Amino acid sequence: MPTTLIADTPVDLDAEGFLTDPAQWNEDLARAIAADNGIPELTDRHWLVVRFMRDRYLQTGSAPSIRSLGKESGVPVKELYELFPKGPAKLAARIGGIPKPRGCI
Amino acid sequence: MQTDTPLETIEKVAIVISKGSLEGVYPGLIMANGARMEGIEADLFFTFFGLEAIRRDRYAKIKVATVGNPGMHLPTWIGAIPGFSALATSMMKRQMEKIDIPPIPEFIELVGDSGVHLYACKASVDMFGLTMDDFVPQVEDIISVGEFYERAAGGEIIFT
Repeated sequence: MPTTLIADTPVDLDAEGFLTDPAQWNEDLARAIAADNGIPELTDRHWLVVRFMRDRYLQTGSAPSIRSLGKESGVPVKELYELFPKGPAKLAARIGGIPKPRGCI
Repeated sequence: MQTDTPLETIEKVAIVISKGSLEGVYPGLIMANGARMEGIEADLFFTFFGLEAIRRDRYAKIKVATVGNPGMHLPTWIGAIPGFSALATSMMKRQMEKIDIPPIPEFIELVGDSGVHLYACKASVDMFGLTMDDFVPQVEDIISVGEFYERAAGGEIIFT
């Protein structure tokens, strides 16, 4: 597993750029990954989604579906796609330092 | 974040839903939603009995086909017993809810909110004598097959 330096933090990434160890994550890292993925600035709404994804993953061991993200995060589906046009669940997982969501929904 | 060879990606899909049974409608919805989750543009084109999935008076009542469906592993006469299709449908819906797949009306709303563009096929709409008033608000327009191909240009077309 190659170690990459992002925002002065050494991290292990999989082939698609997801952290393999959520414990290596920090907020500066999140900002750097976001900037690298077309989101120059993380707003409070972005953070709400990123934290929800991360907390849910750390609690349950799997990332939420887009359905429960839209229902439970406090950010409706339409806005999720405005915040993360290239795929909310996938991008919020990447920024939140958790593995890529595996679900089909 | 770099790999040696950049991964090939799909940028755009156009998915045709042509059947009006539960198992005929879900695959197209799942593929359209899945496309948006990957940041892929997606159109849904409802044709023939696929129109059931966007008819406001019918889309909550779509059932599993229990007759003529070898995947059910049932003798035809059992599948034809009154109420059997409704029973099989409610069992399947319960299973789907368990794995977080929404019922069709909620799913149509989800794909609409996700930025999927929904269209009804003009030939089918004319054949069934329907108008835009028959459809759920997520349906943007009634378009011809030619217009469908124009919209699909440059992407992948998936027929279900």
